[in-house]
Amino acid sequence: MDLTTSYMGIALKNPLVASASPLTGTLDGIKRLEDGGVAAVVMASLFEEQIRHEHDAYTHLVDMGSHSFAESLSYFPKVQAYHLGTENHLNILRRAVESVRIPVIASINCVSPEGWMDYAKQMQQAGAAGLELNIYGVVADLATSSAEVEQRYLDILTAVKANVGIPVSLKLSPFFSAMGAMAQRLDQAGADGLVLFNRFYQPDIDITTLEVAPTLQLSSSSEIRLPLLWIALLYGNIKASLAATRGVETGDEVIKYILAGADAVMSTSALLRHGPGYASNLLKGLAVWMEARGFRNLAQLRGNMSHDQANNPAAFERANYLRMLESYQNPFQDS
Amino acid sequence: MSSSKVVTLEGGEAVAYIAYRINEVCAIYPITPSSTMAELADQWAAEGKLNLWGNVPLVVEMQSEAGAAGAVHGALQTGALTTTFTASQGLLLMIPNMYKIAGELTATVFHVAARSLAAQGLSIFGDHSDVAAVRNTGFAQLVSGSVQEAHDMALLAQAASLQTRVPFVHFFDGFRTSHEVNKLTLIDDAHIRAMIAPDLVRAHRGRALNPDNPFIRGTAQNPDVYFQARETVNPFYARLPGVMQEIMDAFAALTGRQYHLFEYFGHPEAERVVVIMASGAETLRETVAYLMKSGEKCGVVQVHLALPFSAEHFLAALPKTVRSIAVLDRTKLPGSVGEPLYQDVLTTLMEAHGDGSLPMAQLPRVIGGRYGLSSKEFTPAMAKAVLDELAKDQPKQHFTVGIVDDVSHTSLDYDPAFDIEPDSVVRALFIGLGADGTVGANKNSIKIIGESTPLYAQGYFVYDSKKSGSRTVSHVRFGPDPIHSPYLIQSAGFIGCHQFNFVLDTDVLEHAHAGATFLLNSPYGADSVWPQLPRRLQERIIQQSIVFYVIDASRVAREVGMGSRTNTIMQTCFFAISGVLPREEAIDKIKAAIRKTYGKKGEEVVQKNFLAVDKTLECLHRVAVPEQADSRIELIPMVPPAAPEFVQKVTAVMMAGHGDSLPVSMLPVDGTYPSGTTQWEKRNISSYVPVWEPDICIQCGNCSFVCPHSVIRSKFYPESLLKDAPEGFKSAPISARGFPETRYTLQIYVEDCTGCSLCVEVCPAKSLQKSGVKAINMSPKAPGFEQSKTNIGFFETIPVNDRSRVDFSSVRGAQFLQPLFEFSGACSGCGETPYVRLITQLFGDRLLVANATGCSSIYGGNLPTTPWTKNAEGRGPAWSNSLFEDNAEFGLGFRLTGDKHLELARQLLLELKDEVGPAWVDEILAAPQTTESEIRRQRIRLAELKTRLFKLDTEAAKDLLSVVDHLVRRSVWIIGGDGWAYDIGSSGLDHVLASGRNVNVLVLDTEVYSNTGGQMSKSTPLGAVAKFAAAGKQVGKKDLALQAISYGNVYVARVAMGANPQQTLLALREAEAYEGPSLVLAYSHCIAHGINMLQGLKQQDLAVGCGHWPLLRYNPALRQTDKNPFVLDSPRPHIKLKDYAFNELRYKMLANAHPVESEHLMALAQQAVLQKWDVYEEMASRSGSQFHPDASFK
Repeated sequence: MDLTTSYMGIALKNPLVASASPLTGTLDGIKRLEDGGVAAVVMASLFEEQIRHEHDAYTHLVDMGSHSFAESLSYFPKVQAYHLGTENHLNILRRAVESVRIPVIASINCVSPEGWMDYAKQMQQAGAAGLELNIYGVVADLATSSAEVEQRYLDILTAVKANVGIPVSLKLSPFFSAMGAMAQRLDQAGADGLVLFNRFYQPDIDITTLEVAPTLQLSSSSEIRLPLLWIALLYGNIKASLAATRGVETGDEVIKYILAGADAVMSTSALLRHGPGYASNLLKGLAVWMEARGFRNLAQLRGNMSHDQANNPAAFERANYLRMLESYQNPFQDS
Repeated sequence: MSSSKVVTLEGGEAVAYIAYRINEVCAIYPITPSSTMAELADQWAAEGKLNLWGNVPLVVEMQSEAGAAGAVHGALQTGALTTTFTASQGLLLMIPNMYKIAGELTATVFHVAARSLAAQGLSIFGDHSDVAAVRNTGFAQLVSGSVQEAHDMALLAQAASLQTRVPFVHFFDGFRTSHEVNKLTLIDDAHIRAMIAPDLVRAHRGRALNPDNPFIRGTAQNPDVYFQARETVNPFYARLPGVMQEIMDAFAALTGRQYHLFEYFGHPEAERVVVIMASGAETLRETVAYLMKSGEKCGVVQVHLALPFSAEHFLAALPKTVRSIAVLDRTKLPGSVGEPLYQDVLTTLMEAHGDGSLPMAQLPRVIGGRYGLSSKEFTPAMAKAVLDELAKDQPKQHFTVGIVDDVSHTSLDYDPAFDIEPDSVVRALFIGLGADGTVGANKNSIKIIGESTPLYAQGYFVYDSKKSGSRTVSHVRFGPDPIHSPYLIQSAGFIGCHQFNFVLDTDVLEHAHAGATFLLNSPYGADSVWPQLPRRLQERIIQQSIVFYVIDASRVAREVGMGSRTNTIMQTCFFAISGVLPREEAIDKIKAAIRKTYGKKGEEVVQKNFLAVDKTLECLHRVAVPEQADSRIELIPMVPPAAPEFVQKVTAVMMAGHGDSLPVSMLPVDGTYPSGTTQWEKRNISSYVPVWEPDICIQCGNCSFVCPHSVIRSKFYPESLLKDAPEGFKSAPISARGFPETRYTLQIYVEDCTGCSLCVEVCPAKSLQKSGVKAINMSPKAPGFEQSKTNIGFFETIPVNDRSRVDFSSVRGAQFLQPLFEFSGACSGCGETPYVRLITQLFGDRLLVANATGCSSIYGGNLPTTPWTKNAEGRGPAWSNSLFEDNAEFGLGFRLTGDKHLELARQLLLELKDEVGPAWVDEILAAPQTTESEIRRQRIRLAELKTRLFKLDTEAAKDLLSVVDHLVRRSVWIIGGDGWAYDIGSSGLDHVLASGRNVNVLVLDTEVYSNTGGQMSKSTPLGAVAKFAAAGKQVGKKDLALQAISYGNVYVARVAMGANPQQTLLALREAEAYEGPSLVLAYSHCIAHGINMLQGLKQQDLAVGCGHWPLLRYNPALRQTDKNPFVLDSPRPHIKLKDYAFNELRYKMLANAHPVESEHLMALAQQAVLQKWDVYEEMASRSGSQFHPDASFK
């Protein structure tokens, strides 16, 4: 059984990629994922804002109370070797690249134009096989228009592409008014891959404490539908590779994504929930299914159920919504 | 000639630079103001900087200066080039080894930032009391008067010591020189090398103990030879002055800087000469130069080599025309005929007169005087007063200068207006908050100007006595010539006031000269600021023709995204308007400095700072000054009129920063000061304070329990009292059964609050309706300020709750006990003070406290005020601080007196039984004193007894009256930090615990030397970073609890208020009730942990949760019941050590700098935590009989 695939021009031994998560933030985690059988890892995102915040916190705490009292003009030894958080992150990346055989894709999330370019270059220098731009953020500023948001994505992509030679993907939000057009513009601007879709921080309210409660729920298989829809729609219409992320709980989701047209399938929740070794279960599910159906390689099934290829393309369009409502009642039963 | 680098450095760094280059071993112990030197040496070693010999010196922190001296002695005896840095009490602790080192003719240099000794009070500031105390040891003494000299002499001392084999103390004025920033020329390595002859280094090694060439040194000698052996060293001392001068000449040939053993400066035919050493000499040289311009025949001899005192060189330095000499000593020898330098000069002259070698025709008149104790200012005006005195027919002998001595009338008058500083020197004063970065910005300005222009620069920084809300004054000079003015700026051309509220209570323009520029950080603009100023300030501005600028630095900072950091903005304003440099050049310099500082952080950060500079210049406006002062605002008085006389006349003067003006007669003769003086300060340092919500509050008492500053007070009282309450006074029905018609009030003393918010963090009661609202919430102070003050006034009329009606055993009950420790100047959110306060609540009216030197002695007893206070009956803690090292022994002394005088009282009572009343006496002697009501009843009995004794009026009755108070059980507490308990006082503490006596020890364990700025102690945990453990502490924390438990009869508890306040309360009460020694180890979160202090209690909880700080109690009394005396009060570790540790910079620092090492150490630490837990768990499962018995069993 040939499970090999190519994602952004990077040859993968199978389509399963561990997406950015705490598991991919440590050398040990990355090694365990490799052992589990994933074909590549996207390293945990480097958040520029967090790096800045940590740096500000560091300088604040190091100076706190200094120059206030004659006996204690400072409270900490001066450490010359202070690293911005990037250094540790890059160290892990370097060590991972050296110690695993699978490709390590870096992921960055920045807030400033300089940040995107600087960090992208640093990741490339550290040996990343590719770069995922995690343009994560709720556009909470009510004055920002959709056009501005879209332009920002394009600007970041263009700037990063101009500065690095490794392939660059974007992890996208599903909330573009015209996802398809946006995907095409990004494709034309040189994106090597699109990762569909990012999940957002959606706070809850605790009615006991009356506090906003941060929630972190791992995804479930029911969440594959939106990415599935868009991968199916985009497959064959853009040059960039397509990676699916969200809701991969069993081999079934892997199969579905590939059938829709994904070049790679990413998983976080299942690996966090069941451990890195669970990757082999997912792959086994795929292989068993392929075997049973007589597929010998992924190319044979990729995109078979895409918008262009499916026997009922309208099923992926809005009309399907009406159809589903129509079919709400069991046609075989009288109401 | 040298082309060495010109830099701006503090004196301490200038010295450490040389010491580090030359030495191989450095054994130290932190003590102000010398700590910086050792810290730098440690830092350089951690960075791998090499010494002259191509290796990294070993820098070792010891448990005390006595230990450091021992290690130095050992390293020297085995041949290493070894040094140490110390001061004050530290030098005293080194004395025994100093005799040995000198007696064995061992080359070394001890660099001493000379500091006062603790006498009537401790002082961290500079004078020569410490170095005077080691004159007998056999160490030579070389003295520096400036930053450049300190740098140079550090080398000269080392060179001379190697050549002569006589060890040296190299000293300079603590703070004035050690902490002054000045421009100096660094000695380059080639020149250092040229001064340190390799053959002398090899000879030093050759004299070392060596099993390949064995001998013994350190014999015990008998009457037959000791004396002669003592005299063998004479030739070494005799040749030292000559050698030293040769070395000074050689140094001059290399560097162009020529020194002499005695430096004469002045008129070649001077008739009046002052002899002085250290920084005061600089002042005298300036003054003499000024006076010579008007033809005055005067001069100064600056002593560099103070010991051995070379008569020959001294006489040669004196002008032959001299008729009168004043010798100034910066120390005091009570009862002696004169201070050391005076005695040396006088002896020299008399001996020369006797043997005919006196160079002058007649013996000059010599007077001695004292000046500058504890960094007391020594100004040109004072120097002139001394020279003027010499011109008198009958000059005052044994005078003082710089104070007003209206008791012994020793002081000389001087004219404070005498100002000799040239106009070419820009003199600037900056008044800021410790927290606002003013000092840091000024140091930066000095560096910018000092190192990138030909201008010379000098900075000296004055801090107040508080650790929270402290004010700083920066004294900064810039000028075209080297600056030799080691005194505070008396007349400034630029005054920067970095906080608007300072103008409301301080005469900020007191030192502004006519036409000076005044820069005020003001929320009011140029058009609106004038009416907001106090009248006094308006008058100053008009009378002195002040050029007045304002900037709203806080607003600019916010707008350019710099948060609350205003220091760069104020610094920019200074550059723009001070005239030190042309404006354009100044702005270019500051931008260049920004690029240098922030370049690595990215262009965006640089641009943000540039934007701040540009925006600052836009927002800086000159104020059009009206012709008339029209303000009705008066400066806020320091203390209210209700304050006691001593507070009004003495304390308030110190608080206002005018303590220098207090005459001798106003000060207590023996260091005794009244309690309860912080209550008059009302520092108002926080603009946010807690506000109580009575409807939400569940009256649990947690907020007042954790309040580090005792600003949250609770009372319950009959509802009827509310009839006189002011409108807006808050109260609630008390939430307890059996108290009908009783109200409860939680009162916040807003003027004393530091805004730490721990109360809000700990509050468990949340509003059921509004998100984020608790029973106590931080809120801006201003809106409710006047109402709060009115409420406090009324609250104080409500009687304090009767202690016999309060439940001591619960946190809820403890809130009603009056704190007798309040409003300290500790850091905002301090983790130590809540424990101290709680002890005063529980035992305060019968409490004796022995307090080790450290944070707790500073916030407890640093003048002007003390938080230790008394109750309405006039009873309260009696507190004293002896030293750092002896606190346990000191406290044991309290107990010994207590035991002895109790015995005496009981004996006398029995003797007077018939006269006093036999039944009455029996009752007193048998009275139980466990509960508060029992103690209250005993007090009532003693009051009656005293009345009867007064009536008796016999000798025995008088004797009994002198000790009768001991018949109420006293509570002796020995309090100190981990630096004391784990390190310097460890052996004393151990001995006291082993004594079996009834003392209670409270260790405020911050796991680091907090007071001296975060040095490692043996309490510092494995893997944490501290000074002297920059690479992370390599060994685990000492388990003091287990050590003490091993005695069997010591009550031991480990507590953490933030994790379990109830256990803390229980442990303190059990410890006190136990009739033997008790040790309570209290986790105290600290600013030196590198945490947001708001999280302090949460960190305590995590420390317990991860097993780093298991809560336990070991009560020896239980052994006899076969109950297990060892109780674990906290659950099995349920979080990882990392989940606690990495919230703190002390751990995170290593994870950042050396991630692999950090990972390794944290893994070890985690393992250690779990293993320790297993040990505790096993102990907790034993039976009482498995703990060994002792004689305390009855």
